[in-house]
Amino acid sequence: MLKKAGGELAKPQGIKITQAAFPRPFEGGLEYNPPARGDWNIVHIGLLIPQAHQIYFCAQGCLRGVVQTTAEMGAMDRLSWAYLCDEDYADGSMEYNIIDSVTQVIKRMEQRPPCILVFLSCMHLFAGVDFDIIIEELESRFAGVDFVKCYMTPTMRFSGLAPVPTMYKQLFVPLHRTTKDGGVNIIGYNWAFEEECELVKIIKGSARVLRQLPVCENYDQYLEMARSSLNITVIPEALPAAEELEQRLGQRHLYLPVSWNFEKIRDNYKALCKELGVAMPDLSFEENAAKQALKKAAKALGGRPAAVDFTAAHKPFELSALLLDNGIDVRRIFVDVISGEDKESFEYIKEHYPDVEVFPTVDSSMRFFASQEKEENKYFAIGQRAAYFCCTNYFVDMVGARSCYGFDGITKLAGEIVRGADVPKDTRAVIQHKGAGCQSCL
Amino acid sequence: MIHYARIISCYTADTSGVCSALYELGGMVVVHDASGCNSTYATHDEPRWYQMDSMIYVSGLTEIDAVMGNDERFIDDVCQTAQKLKPKFIVICGSPMPAMTGTDFDALARVIQSRCKIPTHPMHTNGMKSYISGASEAFEMLALNYCTCTGKKKNSVNIIGATPLDLSRQEIVDSIWTWLGKCGFEKGCCMAMGSSLDDLKTAGDASVNLVVSSSGLRAAKVLMERFGTPYVVGIPLGEQYAKALGEDLHRAAAEGKQILSCTVRDESCEECGIVVVGESVYAGSLARSITMTTGKPVRVIHTLDTFPELALQWDKKLADEDKLEQEFSRCSCVVADPLFKPIVPANAKFVPIPHEAFSGRCFRKDIPDLVDKNLGLEL
Repeated sequence: MLKKAGGELAKPQGIKITQAAFPRPFEGGLEYNPPARGDWNIVHIGLLIPQAHQIYFCAQGCLRGVVQTTAEMGAMDRLSWAYLCDEDYADGSMEYNIIDSVTQVIKRMEQRPPCILVFLSCMHLFAGVDFDIIIEELESRFAGVDFVKCYMTPTMRFSGLAPVPTMYKQLFVPLHRTTKDGGVNIIGYNWAFEEECELVKIIKGSARVLRQLPVCENYDQYLEMARSSLNITVIPEALPAAEELEQRLGQRHLYLPVSWNFEKIRDNYKALCKELGVAMPDLSFEENAAKQALKKAAKALGGRPAAVDFTAAHKPFELSALLLDNGIDVRRIFVDVISGEDKESFEYIKEHYPDVEVFPTVDSSMRFFASQEKEENKYFAIGQRAAYFCCTNYFVDMVGARSCYGFDGITKLAGEIVRGADVPKDTRAVIQHKGAGCQSCL
Repeated sequence: MIHYARIISCYTADTSGVCSALYELGGMVVVHDASGCNSTYATHDEPRWYQMDSMIYVSGLTEIDAVMGNDERFIDDVCQTAQKLKPKFIVICGSPMPAMTGTDFDALARVIQSRCKIPTHPMHTNGMKSYISGASEAFEMLALNYCTCTGKKKNSVNIIGATPLDLSRQEIVDSIWTWLGKCGFEKGCCMAMGSSLDDLKTAGDASVNLVVSSSGLRAAKVLMERFGTPYVVGIPLGEQYAKALGEDLHRAAAEGKQILSCTVRDESCEECGIVVVGESVYAGSLARSITMTTGKPVRVIHTLDTFPELALQWDKKLADEDKLEQEFSRCSCVVADPLFKPIVPANAKFVPIPHEAFSGRCFRKDIPDLVDKNLGLEL
């Protein structure tokens, strides 16, 4: 049980889903940061480009997070930085300082990287720094290095593109128009889909080359992604990247969102087969396997209440609807904002499972939620935040629906539920790792 | 002015210093920032985050609020949360964007206090200074506003300037208390690990204060001015230095004067090959301890804000990677956080002593408790 350091609050209450408003069920205000760290940040995403180096320019406070993320990954040889002081942002020297710092960093490198991601901060954008001039000058000084404009600008998260979609978009800037070979890229997803995933099977079955950034082994392989004629995205954050590549490189784009709905999964595969010009395979075996796996998962939980959080999957309501319809007693859903893609499922649960409760995760009162949870291990959780808030060691450690796509994804998730139902995890140790699937020294 | 690094880490910033200093006291700390400050602090700088629920929040500043000067949203959010949670005090901190827009935190604190009727204190952080600056201001605020004297107690001692950023875990503070007891002192309060705000109210009763980090020095000076309490600066690292520091404490209490114990390294060593790198009080104490144990002269490289009186003439104050690398190339032995190792030459001995404020969680489990113990360092 957690120790309390002040504050006089009764246990924060969730709201019945019937009272929850779309898209923001809770009022904003001061924000708490729950200790579940599996989400990826811009450092993790940037490091997906093989051999690329990152250089951050920002205040010391902002720098700390990205530097420590990199240090925990044991990748400090791939990150450099320069920090801003009081006197720097008002004297008109920002562009010069950035160019000079990058130059000094490169001079101190034993080997020049093929690509450097240059990250500027809110302060630079607020001061009107000319990023184009910086990049032009760097390109003229260091021919052969691809310099990419990147942004660490959380203050601007509601002004245009948010940081993560922007990052996905900038991730493919070094790709240049080239001869197409008919290959297929999956872009804007942090993990590679594996061979057993139906998506992979269909693409490979069409005799096309499949390219996924997380398995590119070197920079040349990454650049070959420009040869593909089709980009597939599976999460909405990747859409701006695909749209930009469609315009710039002429690569077609197909959005096949991660789904927890059998009909939508079938629709995804139909759309894919149509795009690839191949016949839709018979996936009834895979679909039935997923349904059988869900039955086993429900049996393994034996009626234990379950909780789901939004970091586990992009559409927590769609996932919850799947679980509820298959006999898993989801009682708590932790979510701060409901996405447009999840509205239909939100309404569905409202109508069919009105007793489900919805809780925020960053609301200030949630600081006291876990410490006042009376019964540990009562809940089975899907997602790190749900596990933390419900004080349970029985959970599926899933972040961003990692490795769970299509019917195969549902089968995998159900298998994880069965495995996790009786085998406790060390919740604190598991959820403190930053960037699910990334290397960590912890 | 360019401050860059090719490969080493950076120290945590002033906002983390404030949060770390005030974590256990039942106050509410609000960093006026978009999002990163709280997440970074909670993840990398605060080992208590999972186990102890303190009211540390971020305001969720947006570009439009910054541009339009919408302080009202910040005030409303702070007041609403404070009315719900009833903290013992409120502290508001600035970050880079409010610094650029010139947010007046003194005025905001006055408005919040008048609306909430809860003592509210502004911290003049901007995310561009080190944690020493933020923690110093927070401890000084406590010394000015919450410490009182209910009657002097002979042989009572306080620990001033303790945060996990420098000491990592309560166990190390407990070791200091055990050693103080062995030295014949009664336990006062600790500013601020393991003590409550109520405990701090009797801080003025102590006969002497032990300052265990640079962050505690400003508060110690305030306590000396307000209650006449002398202070001694140092951490009892190693058995021999612990004994000397205990004697310094008794002398300070008896004579009523401050002693900068960690700077008593009278072996002239301008060119000596052994250096201890880091925060002034810890590094100075370790340097003195190594000298006492091995007889070898040791210099300190101060990589953070320091006070002039904590640096000796042959010490150096260096923060930039290229200058540090140049300095290390002249050394035979470097005692420092492991994330400095990439710039230490291969022919120099490297002795890793992790420092939470530099390497965060990376080596937390390897941070040694050297309080009143055999140093056991292979130099």
